[in-house]
Amino acid sequence: MIKYLVPIGLFAALVGFLYFGLGRDKQTLPSPLIGKPAPIFELTRLDDPSKTFSNREFAGKPYVLNVWGTWCVGCRQEHGALLEIARRGEVPIVGLNWNDDRQQALSWLQQLGDPYVVSAFDGEGRVAIDWGVYGAPETFLIGADGKVLKKHIAPITVQIWEQEFVPLLAQARAVSP
Amino acid sequence: MKHVLLAAIVTLFGLQAFAIDRAPAFEDPAMQARYERLARELRCLVCRSETIADSNAQLAVDLRRQLRELMAAGKSDQEILQYMTDRYGDYVLYKPPVAPRTWLLWAAPALLVVGGGIAAAIVISRKSKLPDTDPSDPGLGAS
Repeated sequence: MIKYLVPIGLFAALVGFLYFGLGRDKQTLPSPLIGKPAPIFELTRLDDPSKTFSNREFAGKPYVLNVWGTWCVGCRQEHGALLEIARRGEVPIVGLNWNDDRQQALSWLQQLGDPYVVSAFDGEGRVAIDWGVYGAPETFLIGADGKVLKKHIAPITVQIWEQEFVPLLAQARAVSP
Repeated sequence: MKHVLLAAIVTLFGLQAFAIDRAPAFEDPAMQARYERLARELRCLVCRSETIADSNAQLAVDLRRQLRELMAAGKSDQEILQYMTDRYGDYVLYKPPVAPRTWLLWAAPALLVVGGGIAAAIVISRKSKLPDTDPSDPGLGAS
C-alpha cells in the first residue's frame, strides 16, 4: 500500500503546484518603489510646452499619478473610471503622458474629458523609466510624505479604486513630511 | 541551387551579425561589446521573454538609450544593473541574483539530477535482484 502512496503523493503535489500556478497573476510585476520616496521629476506641461510641472508641487499632499498615452488601449478603457474618480475629488490625479504625441494627447483629453489636475509630458519616456513603468496604464498612489503607497498596473476601475486605493487614503493623508 | 543554399546560409547564420541599433552605439569596439553584453542581460519588461537587445518595443528602445547614457557617464556594470533593479526589480535581470529566496531556483537543476539519480539507482538495484524471466536470453554466465 505504502508503495502507491509515494507516486500519488508526488502527483498530488504537482497538481497543487499547477493549480496555484493557474491562479497566480504573472502579468503584474511587484514594484520595488513601494514604500520608497517617489522619484522627483520636472517636465513640460502637456497643455503648455513653455511651462513646467514638477511633482515637488505636491510635497506634503497625497496624489495619484496615472501613466497614460493615446496609443494605449487600456488607457481608453479606464478613462471613464478616472473621470469618475476625479469627480469624487478624494485625491488629485496627475497625468504622466508617456511616449506620446502632444497634439494627439490634447485632442484625446478634449474628446474624452480631462480627469487630470495637470498632465506632464514625458515624450522621451525618461521619467517613466525612473518610475519603473513598463506598460501603460499604471496608477500610483503617493502619500503626503512623498512615498509610493501603491501601484496598480492595467486599467483601473471604480471597483478597484474603492477596494484597493480608498482604504489607503487615510494613511496617504495622515503622514506629514 | 547555389542561390538557395546561399539564402539558407544567410538566413540561418546571418542573425549573428545583426546590430542592436541602426548604428553602433559606441565607436570603441570594447565599449560596443560591453553595451551589447549588458543589453542581453536586461529584460524587456513588456515583452517578457526577450532581452532589450532583441526587442524593438518602445520600452526596450528607451532602456537601451538609458543604458548607453549610463555607460557614457562612466557607470560600472554593477551600478548600471543596480540602477535597473532599483526601478524594475530583479525581474529586469535575465540572470536572477543568488539570494535566499532564489536558492531553490538555482539549486533546482542539481536537485533534479540528484533526485533522478537516486530514483534510477533504486529502480536499477531492485530490478537487478529480480530473477531473469526472459527465456530467449541465455543470461550472463549461468545464474
